[in-house]
Amino acid sequence: MMACLLEAPLRISVLSEVTATSRHYVDRLFDPDPQNVLQGVIDMKNAVIGNNKQKANLIVLGAVPRLLYLLQQSSSSLELRTECAVVLGSLAMGTENNIKSLVDCHIIPALLQGLLCSDLIFIEACLRCLRTVFISPVTPVQLLYTDPTVIPHLMSLLSRSRHTKEYITQIFAHCCKTPEHQTVLFNHSAIQNIAPLLISPSDKVRMQALKCFSVLAYENTQVSMTLVNVLVDGEQLSQVFVRMMQRDKPIEMQLTAAKCLTYMCRAGAIRTDDNCIILKTLPCLVRMCSKERLLEERVEGAETLAYLMEPDVELQRIASFTDHLVSMLADYFKYPSSVSAITDIKRLDHDLKHAHELRQAAFKLYASLGSNDEDIRKKITETENMMDRIVSGLSESSIKVRLAAVRCLHSLSRSVQQLRTSFHDHAVWKPLMKLLQNAPDEVLVMASSTLCNLLLEFSPSKEPILDSGVIELLCSLTQSDSPALRVNGIWALMNMAFQADQKVKVEIVRALGTEQLFRLLSDPDTNVLMKTLGLLRNLLSTRPHIDQIMSSHGKQIMQAVTLILEGEHSIEVKEQTLCILANIADGNTAKELIMTNDDMLQKIKYYMGHSNVKLQLAATFCISNLIWNEEDDSP
Amino acid sequence: MSGPSSGCGFLMSVVVHGDLALNEQEKDLNQRLRRLYPAVNEEETPLPRSWSPKDKFSYIGLSQNNLRVHYKGHGKTPKDAASVRATHPIPAACGVYYFEVKIISKGRDGYVKYMGIGLSAQGVNMNRLPGWDKHSYGYHGDDGHSFCSSGTGQPYGPTFTTGDVIGCCVNLINNTCFYTKNGHSLGIAFTDLPPNLYPTVGLQTPGEVVDANFGQHPFVFDIEDYMREWRTKIQAQIDRFPIGEREGEWQAMIQKMVASYLVHHSYCATAEVFAKSTDQAVHEELASIKNRQKIQKLVLSGRMGEAIETTQQLYPSLLELNPDLLFMLKVRQFIEMVNGTDSEVRCLGGRSPKSQDSYPGSPRLFNSPVHKANVITDHLHFLLSPGFDSNYCNGVSSSKGHTLAHSHKSCPRTMPSPELGVLNGSRGQQTNVGAEVEMEVDHFSNGVFLCSKRQLCGGSQAAIERMIQFGRELQSMSEHLRRERGKNSANKKMLKDAFSLLAYSDPWISPVGYQLDSIRREPVCSTLNSAILETHNLPKQPPLALAVGQAAQCLSLMARTGSGSCAFASVDDYLH
Repeated sequence: MMACLLEAPLRISVLSEVTATSRHYVDRLFDPDPQNVLQGVIDMKNAVIGNNKQKANLIVLGAVPRLLYLLQQSSSSLELRTECAVVLGSLAMGTENNIKSLVDCHIIPALLQGLLCSDLIFIEACLRCLRTVFISPVTPVQLLYTDPTVIPHLMSLLSRSRHTKEYITQIFAHCCKTPEHQTVLFNHSAIQNIAPLLISPSDKVRMQALKCFSVLAYENTQVSMTLVNVLVDGEQLSQVFVRMMQRDKPIEMQLTAAKCLTYMCRAGAIRTDDNCIILKTLPCLVRMCSKERLLEERVEGAETLAYLMEPDVELQRIASFTDHLVSMLADYFKYPSSVSAITDIKRLDHDLKHAHELRQAAFKLYASLGSNDEDIRKKITETENMMDRIVSGLSESSIKVRLAAVRCLHSLSRSVQQLRTSFHDHAVWKPLMKLLQNAPDEVLVMASSTLCNLLLEFSPSKEPILDSGVIELLCSLTQSDSPALRVNGIWALMNMAFQADQKVKVEIVRALGTEQLFRLLSDPDTNVLMKTLGLLRNLLSTRPHIDQIMSSHGKQIMQAVTLILEGEHSIEVKEQTLCILANIADGNTAKELIMTNDDMLQKIKYYMGHSNVKLQLAATFCISNLIWNEEDDSP
Repeated sequence: MSGPSSGCGFLMSVVVHGDLALNEQEKDLNQRLRRLYPAVNEEETPLPRSWSPKDKFSYIGLSQNNLRVHYKGHGKTPKDAASVRATHPIPAACGVYYFEVKIISKGRDGYVKYMGIGLSAQGVNMNRLPGWDKHSYGYHGDDGHSFCSSGTGQPYGPTFTTGDVIGCCVNLINNTCFYTKNGHSLGIAFTDLPPNLYPTVGLQTPGEVVDANFGQHPFVFDIEDYMREWRTKIQAQIDRFPIGEREGEWQAMIQKMVASYLVHHSYCATAEVFAKSTDQAVHEELASIKNRQKIQKLVLSGRMGEAIETTQQLYPSLLELNPDLLFMLKVRQFIEMVNGTDSEVRCLGGRSPKSQDSYPGSPRLFNSPVHKANVITDHLHFLLSPGFDSNYCNGVSSSKGHTLAHSHKSCPRTMPSPELGVLNGSRGQQTNVGAEVEMEVDHFSNGVFLCSKRQLCGGSQAAIERMIQFGRELQSMSEHLRRERGKNSANKKMLKDAFSLLAYSDPWISPVGYQLDSIRREPVCSTLNSAILETHNLPKQPPLALAVGQAAQCLSLMARTGSGSCAFASVDDYLH
């Protein structure tokens, strides 16, 4: 700030001078002699290289529309048109504001139009400029797809020269962001056209081609399935990717090749036990998590690895003992390091910028690692300060970190042992409850799902959670528009009601309200229906509770049971319903509701003769309870 | 030739055929080791190839060429632990070293499966498992712990059992070690390792059996990929080596080196231009450089007679003071006579020396169909008879089977020495069918196909006679030198090798034919050049060559002192 002020007077004089010369450059673009115009553009080119101030000046002075005009004029010489494209490309290399101005001047359609010219040098200049514009985050990628003839034309230009290959693949790699984009590129033979570029002698071309495949294959089964059958110079594409993961290749190439194989594997195109996954991709991604890598690479490496092994326990097991991954991830939480804060402001800034990303990536990877195997979960919770880190992660300001932390907690909450020990010791329910008060749906889904596990009967956290007024919260979840949240809400209530005190059960019924209970029984989501029936079943256990609840809500419950037994439902639903009926039959007074209901007795009889054994058993269980009570009551 | 020797050959072939598979494995092993550890000089530091039958505890049994280890003790207490080391320590010049052990059997039930894989220094007690003692390191299968010179282990990796392949990699650049299980790296286990560790395994359970793979088979883990990473790291380190503030000086120094190199080798015009464009002074007069250039050109084109003459003219006392140098030049002249390139024989061959393409590989134009084998043999006979060392034909010097087989056939009557027979027999037999075939080809080709071949002394009878005469002069010069200056084995060998050329009907394809290659002129040329420079008080070696030599020497010194990075920094990589 100080320095700026001191320099200000000098700056102003220089600026006016610069503006004057800039004005002169723009004026020359309007010279009547085409030769002078050409020379003017060439001089302008030399003046703007590496000079952001000059670039901004020229844009302000209106050079862009004139340059575009000259570029589009068929009367302009090819040389002039080319030089115009070069200058525009140079202007695009400046700040994001420059790009915005260029895009506002409709540079994209003008340059795309230029690609129809037959001259290669001119095409290359246009492509180079387009490339620079499209890779900027401020350019809407959709502009590439507005004219449907553009993509096929780019495909046809692809093999013209080393430069067309590099620029076009780079444009594709940056502009393929949605499944629709993938489909457009795929339908225009992107795979066949780009595959040969993977063995190009140019490093840049190879790298951009590889990036294209990673964005094309991401969560795209069609592309992935096609990729496995592609041969490049007689070699399978997966083997080409494997070679690109060799340790002497640039890190970016290793990482991107690993992404390609990961996406192909997740799309089902490569088996998880294939050597190229188990012996190459997985270790490569673990290496990307090491301290030697850049922070950005470590984030991408961990996220990709988490995604790769999410559905496969064997990969999780291998990763868990590869290169001390579990303890290596602990390092992700040490940014900004205390050293960087003192010694180096630049470093501190860099660390701060990536700290959130690192933490959320580590949580994601831990979540993936621990999603199936009990031993791995134990190893994770035993990592230094792990539970503390999750607890503080749950209340971080960054939504991404909170979500990842709760995912991690959810994964670990599948462990009975951890629920009994570390979860209770660290009172993770507290931040979890806080998180549930006010969070976006995706966090809510994970948090409530974790809560379900914490409310399991053997979890020591169950008691304190009950005391914290969770029932109202869960009941409100059951009214959510999101089926996942409804399921989690009712599921948590179901777990809560399991072998619970009378007081808790009454409270649940009160808070939920019979109306909401019956609304849930007609929920379009079977999962919701099943968990609601489960809740009813848990509520209706032990004789005094059964009698008590049936005495107050017997009529509605019997109605609901009838409705379900008569409706079109799966065997599982009907079985669960018959079990509820069996519980009712276990009550002293409640059983009368069945005994006096001829229709219901007929239904039970019907299910005893049902072809499905499960339903037969449940119905028999019902009868047995009815009979048992009678015998018990008889003197 | 003689009974016993052919018997010996027979025996050898039996051994070879009896274990062909083993032989194949041996070949595989050698190939793989050479590829993995190209910087290792096995004459100085042999690589481990098997377990040592001498360096093991008695409870260890070895089989399958000392690759399989089994436990034969009681296995009741830790006192029953037993280890075995490999035959040699891991050479530092490996850079990265790797071996694998496959668990064939985890041993009998009812025992804790103590089993350790690792490293130990020479002299560490073998009645123990690797890792328990000082300078001993191990990864144990029963608990997956690593033991770093201590009786208590640290949690390290998964446990391992029957069917698992455990690898152990020593990084001699940063002195660390990591293990692998079934091809997956488990991460660093030990740091700050001492040098000269031996691969070691230890067992403590009856029935335990493990197999080692020191390179006999492909490894499960991709060690070459790991090596690639380190090679790249070391090379990047070299490329980025800071030259600091002295950048300008650095450039000037390099320019100086290049200039001196050019001057040294008398690349006159280039040196001049280079010196001018880099603004340097040349420390030798142009005329002098041109003189050296002239002599070098003569040597390199095989015109030795002229080269000697010119040297004598320009540097009158040089050869007089250096009789050994003169002798070397004359021997070369003799070889060039055989080659048909020396000026003296060229004249006799009716060719103008100047118009002649001197490259030995080029076709000869004058083909008189003479020189049958017997003519040459006669000459040889003639030449060799007076006072010539009877050892000559034994090929002691060339020591190649070819020589023996040939001499044995082509000059049986001239060489009746009993020693010859013995040598011929013992080595001649293992020489190969190749030699025989060659001989037969020669029979056919005599006078027929020879026309298209290179011919002795360019094919002229007069030239051959001149060459013979020159040979005699050379012989007497050698005797004279010996009398005057005492024995000189280098000179003797040189002369022998040169004369051996005459033992063959086609010297070019003979085992001593390499002497005729024009590339052999280069050392002669550089020796002469250095001698001339020395008389002018100029360095006899250009600084550039000195620097290259020093770098190579440094690398071998690094290998000896245990700096593993020498493995990935070959000087040759930077010369091309």
